Amino acid sequence: MAKNKTILYASILAISFIAPFAFPAFGTQLATLWLMIIVALTWDMTGGQMGYNSLGNIFFYGTGMYVAAVIAIGLVYDVGDYTNAAGGGIYEFTDAQYFGGLFLGVFGAGVFCSITAVIIGYITFGLRGPYFAIGTLGVAIAAGELVSNWEWVGGGQGIALPVYPGDLDTGKIFFYFIFAAIGISVFVFVKWLYATRFGAAINAIRDDEEKADAMGIHTLRYKLITWAMAAFFVGMAGGISAFQLIHFEPLESAYQTINLGIFMVVCVLLGGKGTLWGPVIGAILFHLFKEVTWNFFLGWQWVALGALIVVTVVYFQDGVMGWLMHKRPEWFGIKVEAGAAGEAK
Amino acid sequence: MKKLTLLTGLIAGVAMLFSQAGIAASCGEIVIGSAISLTGKYATNGVHAQKGYEYAITKIKENGGVKVGGKCYNFKVIYYDDESKGDRGATLAERLISQDKVQFMLGPYSSGMTKAIAPVTEKYKIPMVEAEGASRSLFNKGYKYLFAVLSTSEQYLASAITLAGEKAKEQGKPVSSVKVAIAVENDPFSLDIRAGVSEDAAKAGMKVVIDEKLPRDLSDMSAILTKVKLLKPDVLIVSGHSKGAATAVRQISEQNIKVPMIAITHCEAADVTGKFGDAANDFLCSTQWSESLAYEDPLFGTASEYEMGFKNAYPEYKSKKVPYQTAQATAAVYVYKDAFERAGSLDKEKVRDAISKTDMQTFYGGIRFSAAGNNVAKPMVLRQIQNGKYNVVAPSAFASHKLNWPRN
Amino acid sequence: MDQILGNISLLIEFPIVNLKIFIDGIMIGALFVLVAYGLALVWGVMNVKNLAQGDFVISGGYVSWWLVQNGFPALLGVPVAFIVMWGIGWVVYKLVISRVIERDLFTSLLATFGLAIMMAQILNLLFGSDTQSVDLGYGTLHFFDDFIDVPIAKLIGVLMATALAAGVIIFMKSSRMGQAIRATAQDARAARVMGIDTEKVYAFTFSLNSAICGAAGAIIVMVWLVQPFYGISYSIRAFVIVTAAGLGNLPGVIAAGLGIGALEQYGAHIFGIGYQQAIAVLLLLMVLIFRLIQQKRNRQVLK
Repeated sequence: MAKNKTILYASILAISFIAPFAFPAFGTQLATLWLMIIVALTWDMTGGQMGYNSLGNIFFYGTGMYVAAVIAIGLVYDVGDYTNAAGGGIYEFTDAQYFGGLFLGVFGAGVFCSITAVIIGYITFGLRGPYFAIGTLGVAIAAGELVSNWEWVGGGQGIALPVYPGDLDTGKIFFYFIFAAIGISVFVFVKWLYATRFGAAINAIRDDEEKADAMGIHTLRYKLITWAMAAFFVGMAGGISAFQLIHFEPLESAYQTINLGIFMVVCVLLGGKGTLWGPVIGAILFHLFKEVTWNFFLGWQWVALGALIVVTVVYFQDGVMGWLMHKRPEWFGIKVEAGAAGEAK
Repeated sequence: MKKLTLLTGLIAGVAMLFSQAGIAASCGEIVIGSAISLTGKYATNGVHAQKGYEYAITKIKENGGVKVGGKCYNFKVIYYDDESKGDRGATLAERLISQDKVQFMLGPYSSGMTKAIAPVTEKYKIPMVEAEGASRSLFNKGYKYLFAVLSTSEQYLASAITLAGEKAKEQGKPVSSVKVAIAVENDPFSLDIRAGVSEDAAKAGMKVVIDEKLPRDLSDMSAILTKVKLLKPDVLIVSGHSKGAATAVRQISEQNIKVPMIAITHCEAADVTGKFGDAANDFLCSTQWSESLAYEDPLFGTASEYEMGFKNAYPEYKSKKVPYQTAQATAAVYVYKDAFERAGSLDKEKVRDAISKTDMQTFYGGIRFSAAGNNVAKPMVLRQIQNGKYNVVAPSAFASHKLNWPRN
Repeated sequence: MDQILGNISLLIEFPIVNLKIFIDGIMIGALFVLVAYGLALVWGVMNVKNLAQGDFVISGGYVSWWLVQNGFPALLGVPVAFIVMWGIGWVVYKLVISRVIERDLFTSLLATFGLAIMMAQILNLLFGSDTQSVDLGYGTLHFFDDFIDVPIAKLIGVLMATALAAGVIIFMKSSRMGQAIRATAQDARAARVMGIDTEKVYAFTFSLNSAICGAAGAIIVMVWLVQPFYGISYSIRAFVIVTAAGLGNLPGVIAAGLGIGALEQYGAHIFGIGYQQAIAVLLLLMVLIFRLIQQKRNRQVLK
C-alpha cells in the first residue's frame, strides 16, 4: 500500500511538472486549477476539519492581492502617486525590482493575512454555525466596499501592476510553477498536520466544541492558529494572482465573494469535506465543470453553477470522497462489520 | 442550343470578371490583425465595432482600394475572439504578431482590453489604431505605436464645464463663481470621466461642492440629491453607465432638483427619453458622434450619409440608430487608408510615422493625433434632450440647436 | 475628514435636512421591514436562512415590470407578483428547501446561496442586465418650501407595504393556519403530535415568504429600480434586521427595519454615498458583535 502511494504521489508530481509544457495553450487554466486547489484545501482546514464554515476566506485572497501590490510598488515608487496615475504614467520596473517585489510582496501578503486572521478571528470565532458564515461573509463584503473607497490603493480604479518582463509564454509557465509550488506545499503541510495531535484537536472542536473545551483544549487558540495558517496560504495565492492578472479591481477581482469566494466551498463539498483528497478532487472536478460550461454554455454558465451548488448541497453532501468511503470502505482502512451497515466514518 | 448557352455563360462570366477587375483582381492585400470581443460581456459593442471595420473595408474596396506607390491594395482583417478577457486578448495579439505575422493592428473593444493588448503591440513595435478604448491612462505611458480616433474619457463631460462657464459669463458673473457637483460610479471608466471634469473645473477656478462616488449596487441617489438641494450647485455631473443615467433622470425629476445644468452619460443606452418621457427634458448627454453633425469627407459623405450607407449594408440596423462605436471603428480603418497612401510604403515604421502626422476631416469628425497618440481634433459632443429629441448644442461650431438654460 | 465635518455641519446648519433624511430613510426602511419579516418567518419556522431572499424580491419586481410592458396597469403588478411568487416559492420549496430543512444549518445557507446565483442569472438571461423600473407618472408632493419631496408613487408604495404587513400579521394571529405556523415555530415535534401537518406548514410558510418578497419587489420596481444582481443588497439588510431584532419580535423587526433605512441615509450623507453599501454590511457586523457580547455575558454562544 505504501509503495502504491509513493507511485501515486510521484506520478502526480511528474504530471504537474510536465503539464504546462505539454499544454502551453492552457497555461493560465492550469495555474487557476492550482489556485482552486489551494483555496479549497485551506477552506477545508477551518471548514471540514474544524467545523467552522467560512464564507469569507476570500477576504484573505483580496487582502493578499493588495498587500503584495503595495509592497512591490512601494519598494520602488510612492504608492499614492502610482495609484493616482490609474495605470497611466511611465513607471519602469527593472527585472530585479519586478521579481524582488513579487517574492517579497507575496510573502508579505501571507504574513499580513495571517496576522489579520488572528485579529478578525478573535471576534468572529465567537460566532457559531451559520452566524460564523454570515459574519465572515460580511467581513469580506465590507472589506471590498471599504477598499473601493480608499484612494491610496486606487479606490474603484484598482491597481495596475507591471507586466511580466519577458516573453508572455514564459510568464505563464512562471506563474504556473509558483501556484503549483504553493499548492504542493499546502497539500504536504495539511497531510502532515491532520496526522498530528493538532489535527485531532481541531477535529474534536468540529465534533463537539463544548466537550473539547471541557477536556482542556484551548479551543480559541486552535481556531485562531488554524485560520491564520489557512490565511497565510490564501494570502500568498492572492498576492501571486495580482501579478498574474496585472490589473485588478476591489470588488470584481480582489474581494470576489460570489465568484472564487463561493467556488472554494463548492469544491470542497463536491470532493468531500473533512478529507485530505476531497478538496483536491473537488477542485479538479469543479474546474473542469467550470471550463466546460464557460466555453460551451456561455450565457447559462452561472445557472449551471448555481444548480451544481444546490444539487451538491442537497443530494451529494458527502462529496466524492464520502461516496467512495461508503462504497469502498476497505480503501480507507475502515472495516465494516457484518450488521453494522452504514456506520463507516 | 447547349453551345449557345455555354457561350453566353462564358461571356457573362468573363464580363463579370472584367467588371470586378478594376476593384479586386489586380489589388494586393494588406493584412491587419484584430483581437475583438465577439463573445462575453463586451460582445454587443465588439460586434458593432467589427461591423464598422468591415463596412470601411468594403467602401474602400468599392472606391479603388488603397493606393500605395502606384499599386492598389485592399485591407483584410484577421479576427480572433478575445472573449472579453484581458489575458486572452494579450495572448491573441501575440499570436497575430508572431504566428500570423501581421504588421498592423486594429484595436479591441473597451479600455480594459486595449490596456491589456497595448503592451504587446508596443513590445513588437506594431502600429495599432484603436477606436474603442477611451481611457486617458492609455496615453501617458509613452506608447509610440498606439493611436486612438475617439475622444478620450476625460473629455466626456468636460465640455459641460466649459458651457457652465460660458453661461456664467453671460450672466455677468466670473467663471470661477460656478459651483460644480460631481456624482460618478466607482469604476475605472466613470472615474476617468470624473478626473477630466475635476481638472477642467480646477483650471477654470471653479469650486467643486460635491464630489462623491456612487457604489456599484446602488439604486437610490437620494442622499446625494439632498446635498444638491442644500448646496445649490450650478452644474451637476452624473456618470454611472445606464444605471446611473436611469436613476439620475428619475430621481432628479421626482425630487424637483432645480440645478440649471445637468450633464450625464449613457442617456441613449439607458433610453431615458423612452422610459421617462418629459422628465428627461433639458438633460445634457455626451456622445462621441452623432449622425446629425456637420462632418463630411469624400469617401463616406456626410455623417448622415454614412449612417444611411451603413444601414443599407447592414439592414438589421434599419430600425435602430447606428451606434457611435461603429462609426469610430470605420474611422480607424479610414485612418489606415490615409496613412498608407501618404507613406507610399508598406513598411510599418513609415506607416507609423505617417499615422502620427494624420490630419484629416472625416464623417466622424476631425482626426489629428497628439504626440501621445490620442485624437485632439474631435471634441465630445453635447446633446440636449429637447422635447424628447437629442439635439446638438455644443460645441457651438457644430451646434444645431440652442441650449435650453436654465433647465425647466 | 473635512468632507465629513462639512457634511455634519450641513445637518446642523439646515435642520430640515434631518427630517428629509429621516423620511427618505424610513420610506425605504418600510420595504426592508417587509422583506425582513418574511425572512424571520422562514427562519423561525423552518430554521432556514434564506440567502436568496433578495432575489425573490427582484423576481417579483420583474414579474410586475413584465406585466406593465405587456399593457397591464402598474398597481395591479403588486397582487399579481404576490400570487406568481407564491407559486414559484412553492416549487422552490418542493424541489430544494424541503430537502435541506432537517439538515445542518450551513446546508440551508449554501443551498439558498446557490439558489440566489441561479435566480439572478436566470433573470439576467430573461430580462437583460439593464436596470428597469416602472414609471407611474404620478406627481410629487412638496413640503417645507419644496425641500422635502415625497413622490406620490413612493407614498403609495409604502402604504401598500404597510397594508400587506398588517394583513400578514392579522392572518398569523387570527387564522387556523397562522396558529399552526406559530405552533410549528415553537416546537415542530409537539405540533406534529397535536395533529398539525408540518410539511404543509413549511410549504405554506415558504410560499408566503416568497409572495411577500414578490410584492415588495413589485413595489420597488415602481418606486426605485430593479436589476438582476441587486438581490444581495436586500438579503444583507434583511439579515441585519432579523439578527438585530431576533425572531418572533415583530415590533423589533419594524424598529430595526426603519432604523436601518434611516441610519443608512444618515451614513451616506455624512460619509458620502460611496459608503452606503459598506454601512449596511458594517451594521450587520456590529449587530453580530453586539449579540455576541450579549450571549457571552450569559456564557452562551450565538448559534
